[in-house]
Amino acid sequence: MKPYLSLFCLLPLVTWAADSEIPLAIRNHQFEPVEVRVAAGQKVKLVIHNQDSTPEEFESHELNREKLIAPGTKANIYIGPLKPGRYPFFGEFHEKTARGAVIAE
Amino acid sequence: MLGSAIIVFRESFEAALIIGIIAAATRLIPSRRSWILAGIGTGILGSLIVASLTGRIAEMAEGVGQELFNAGILGLAALMLAWHNIWMARHGAQMARVARQLGQDVVSGNREMSALALVVALAILREGSETALFLYGLTTGGEESLLDVAGGGAVGLTLGVLAGYGLYAGFLRIPVSLFFSATSGLILLLAAAMASQMARFLVQADLLPSLANPLWDSSWMLDNASLTGRFLHTLVGYEAMPSGIQAVFYLATMLLIFAGMRFTRVRPPLR
Repeated sequence: MKPYLSLFCLLPLVTWAADSEIPLAIRNHQFEPVEVRVAAGQKVKLVIHNQDSTPEEFESHELNREKLIAPGTKANIYIGPLKPGRYPFFGEFHEKTARGAVIAE
Repeated sequence: MLGSAIIVFRESFEAALIIGIIAAATRLIPSRRSWILAGIGTGILGSLIVASLTGRIAEMAEGVGQELFNAGILGLAALMLAWHNIWMARHGAQMARVARQLGQDVVSGNREMSALALVVALAILREGSETALFLYGLTTGGEESLLDVAGGGAVGLTLGVLAGYGLYAGFLRIPVSLFFSATSGLILLLAAAMASQMARFLVQADLLPSLANPLWDSSWMLDNASLTGRFLHTLVGYEAMPSGIQAVFYLATMLLIFAGMRFTRVRPPLR
């Protein structure tokens, strides 16, 4: 475990370029907007506002991300830097309706 | 009903596989049954508490509380598994020798089991809190009736537990001579898998660089969403699209545990 500890010590030294923020909403178990465009090769922060009264889990195999979003709360999810392409995501708790994609270009 | 069955199966499947391995690996420890049951009970209680606090946990640490929480759980579980393996490297051979004698070293068996019971509790905590939230959402959202949700949940849980039991039963068929190497090898991979998932949460929280994203893409061959993909994801940390830092954590954990096992191993006395 020791290498982990030394990695953590480096954390304060790491600074990132300013991230762009992409807002998204979950309403009636659907993402709005359904597709978001982001710049390829850059780190991006998705800010997802769950406006439903039920929890949702944001999940994407392509983006390698998963996060629970409690009802009425906003979740920050850092993604990228991405290669140009289409990265689908979905709400695991409402997989039929909650579908969307990040398009990196 | 199908929706709740599928989600509950997915979540309980992962926890059940981990419990199956631990139950098999500790089959020579006399007190293991009560320890594992205690771990399961604690895990279920903990998941309900965590599920009710989800919103608050998420808001902590400037919005990345959930990532830190998950990373902490995975890191702690990996540490306990590492300790188990290193401990077994020292005591495993001796335990096999005295296995059938009553009154073997109960104290060290208990210390050992408390670490693994914690892994059981943590595995359930992670999967169980998600399941609890999902089921709560289904019933309060009025999408399905309580009976449907409970029925689907029961079906999913049963299938998940059966999968874990199948793994356990399969392990018990391994000949005793290979048993320790097989279980300690699998626990080593399990710990590495947890370390790799921990790294993924720290990248998601923007606390670690991803290094390469993705390092490779094998989703055309085996998708993480498939049942085989999930099975291998839980057991050996398979990722169809891992980041570079996950590979670093995976390999570093493997090397550290392996080195720990080598250095603490008691060499058989020379004739």
